[in-house]
Amino acid sequence: MTGGLAATVVLNGLTLAALYFIVASGFSLIFGLMRTVNMAHGSLYMLGAYIGYAVFEPLYDQDVWWAWHAGILAGIASAAVFGVLMQATLLGWMQGQELRQALVTIGVSIIVADQLLAYFGGTSRQFFAPDAIFGSTQVPGVGRYPTFRLVQIGIAIAVGVALWLLLNKTKLGLMIRAGVDDRQMLAATGINVPLVSLAVFALGAGLAGLGGVIGSTAQPLVQGVDVRFLLTSLVVVIVGGMGSIAGTAIGAILVGLAEQIGQALFPTYSVILTFLIMATVLAVRPQGILGRPA
Amino acid sequence: MDFRMDRRKLLLGALGAGAAATTGLRMPAYAQNAPIRIGWLATLEGPFATGGQDGFRCMQMLLEENNNQAGGRRIEVVRESSNAQADVALARARKLIEQDNVDMILGPLSGAEGIALRDYSRTLTGKTIINGSSGASDTTLRNPSPNFFRFNTDGTQWMAGLGNYVRRTLNVQEVAVVAGDYAFPYAQVFGFSLEFCRAGGRATYLWSPLGTTDYSSIIARIPRSAGALVVIHGGSDGLAFMTQYAQAGGNLPLIGGSIMADQSMLSARGPHRRLMVGMVSAGPIADVHDDPMWNDFVARYRRRWSNQGGFASPSIHGFNFYTAQQAALLALNEVRGDLSGNQAAFQRALSGLRFKNAMGADVHLDHNRQAVSDIFLNRIEERGGQAATVTFARAAQVNQTLGVPEAQFLALGAPSRDNTGCIATS
Repeated sequence: MTGGLAATVVLNGLTLAALYFIVASGFSLIFGLMRTVNMAHGSLYMLGAYIGYAVFEPLYDQDVWWAWHAGILAGIASAAVFGVLMQATLLGWMQGQELRQALVTIGVSIIVADQLLAYFGGTSRQFFAPDAIFGSTQVPGVGRYPTFRLVQIGIAIAVGVALWLLLNKTKLGLMIRAGVDDRQMLAATGINVPLVSLAVFALGAGLAGLGGVIGSTAQPLVQGVDVRFLLTSLVVVIVGGMGSIAGTAIGAILVGLAEQIGQALFPTYSVILTFLIMATVLAVRPQGILGRPA
Repeated sequence: MDFRMDRRKLLLGALGAGAAATTGLRMPAYAQNAPIRIGWLATLEGPFATGGQDGFRCMQMLLEENNNQAGGRRIEVVRESSNAQADVALARARKLIEQDNVDMILGPLSGAEGIALRDYSRTLTGKTIINGSSGASDTTLRNPSPNFFRFNTDGTQWMAGLGNYVRRTLNVQEVAVVAGDYAFPYAQVFGFSLEFCRAGGRATYLWSPLGTTDYSSIIARIPRSAGALVVIHGGSDGLAFMTQYAQAGGNLPLIGGSIMADQSMLSARGPHRRLMVGMVSAGPIADVHDDPMWNDFVARYRRRWSNQGGFASPSIHGFNFYTAQQAALLALNEVRGDLSGNQAAFQRALSGLRFKNAMGADVHLDHNRQAVSDIFLNRIEERGGQAATVTFARAAQVNQTLGVPEAQFLALGAPSRDNTGCIATS
């Protein structure tokens, strides 16, 4: 690899990591508080993306400048609402039965995937961001680089900072952190834990929806992305440590870099590199890089 | 509701089922009026979902025009979908044969799937598989199966003339080839490189697995010395590549594989469309081709599908599936719907067919049951505000070895990632 190529590949890895962080942070948040392994997280990504697209397209056809922004809001809102419904009607009353919840969410993901296929069909779609962030930018040492991928890093940093502020500086964050440590004690202090759970689910699902629209601006939106992003989210939080936002960021960066470096060096087998990282972390530090021992 | 199964009812039911089964066993041999069951297998999922949909559209149109009949018998269709992965295609084909009890399968769509079904067909007696749109060359070239027929030309054939055109007419010395890492692109790369490198060209190859969504590192590796970029991706992979290439500010002259310069790409919106105008490609069809048969086909397609999600013009996959359905109907008419004797007469009729496909090109099969037909060189132009492929040259009756004697062609080895066909001989 020459210097220029190496710089490009690292930048590619970081921009991809930004997307993975946005999606996986929601997954990690939900797991952290509720110990729910939400196997429908990829479906929330896809649902947000498709519903965002359904709002985006007619506006884009009319050349409305805020079409993309509306798409983002619709994506977040639809995924959040669906997440809340899922927690309220299905997962809430089987709290603590992890296996049962995992199976139910797998069932939900299959239903959602088929419904989206039936309604939207198999055609690839893609969001088009406003022109200001859609072209390419001159990056020193790399050359022309897609602007939107740089914006992706900005969005991920904003999400990370916002999550940190929320968890560390607000009352809701205080309740969430207390819930992570001891759910029953939190309930005993008179806090409505199911309500906090709903809020966390809305937040985590909304992040998946945001990821859906952002991801579908950088890459085509096709049927089947749900499985890909679920798998990536799983790997990212397993590597980084379940329930830790900083760990998720580290996991996302490792996985993103591994994918892109692998693709540049040995494209056909690049996927192995990702799982090699996961296997190594599991062997050396089973709770993940920043995870706490169970 | 009181609905309990007691022992007596169970016994009655079992007797009834037994009686039905024995009469059922005798039925087909006598009943020429029983419908012919055809399994349609295309990709409604995965990277080629739009192509698979279009395949179904074109076959359905042809069946409707024939009142769902051939050889005096009614035709019943069972639709199945795969996702362009060989194992999934195989499982769905098994389901069609074993559970749905179809007489023949028309499919699959993608390269590796075709090879898997070719191998499966060898284990079947009295069943026929007619290839849908898959275009790996080894499906029929090496180790062919007696009941696997392909009426579309393959990925190598589709590139006939393109390598010479790029090297000699466009005078490009060196190209970068980006391609999917599976059987179909191997065939396309092989066909292109064979001509291009013989004419003195040099090529760099960048492979990526089918289903890749992030091509930025591949794009970063395109050599600066390349005078043109050959893109052998299709479906959503092609769309992702072209969109990201456009976003990265790529500006090399583009040469397209047969499923790149196609309606399934041109009809998707995005910045790739601007880039693709002027792209030169080769393949069995083009949107604009001055032939009455083709114009009629396009008109019928538009009439039938313009309000139901159809493309502006049929895609390459639609065309290929249509050709397969054409062949099946012609052979069924020839044998008057007689599929007895393990379909021997039907398969003989298939082997001997000579007909014109929708492009107005003659089609016949070689000794491996592989089509020999015409290939077109195309350029993408703006036509009435829409991008369309337009034919500008035609290679008549291209065979599977591109005119090279078969023994010599086979000696070059099977197309693969490491055997690109790029052998400079002059």
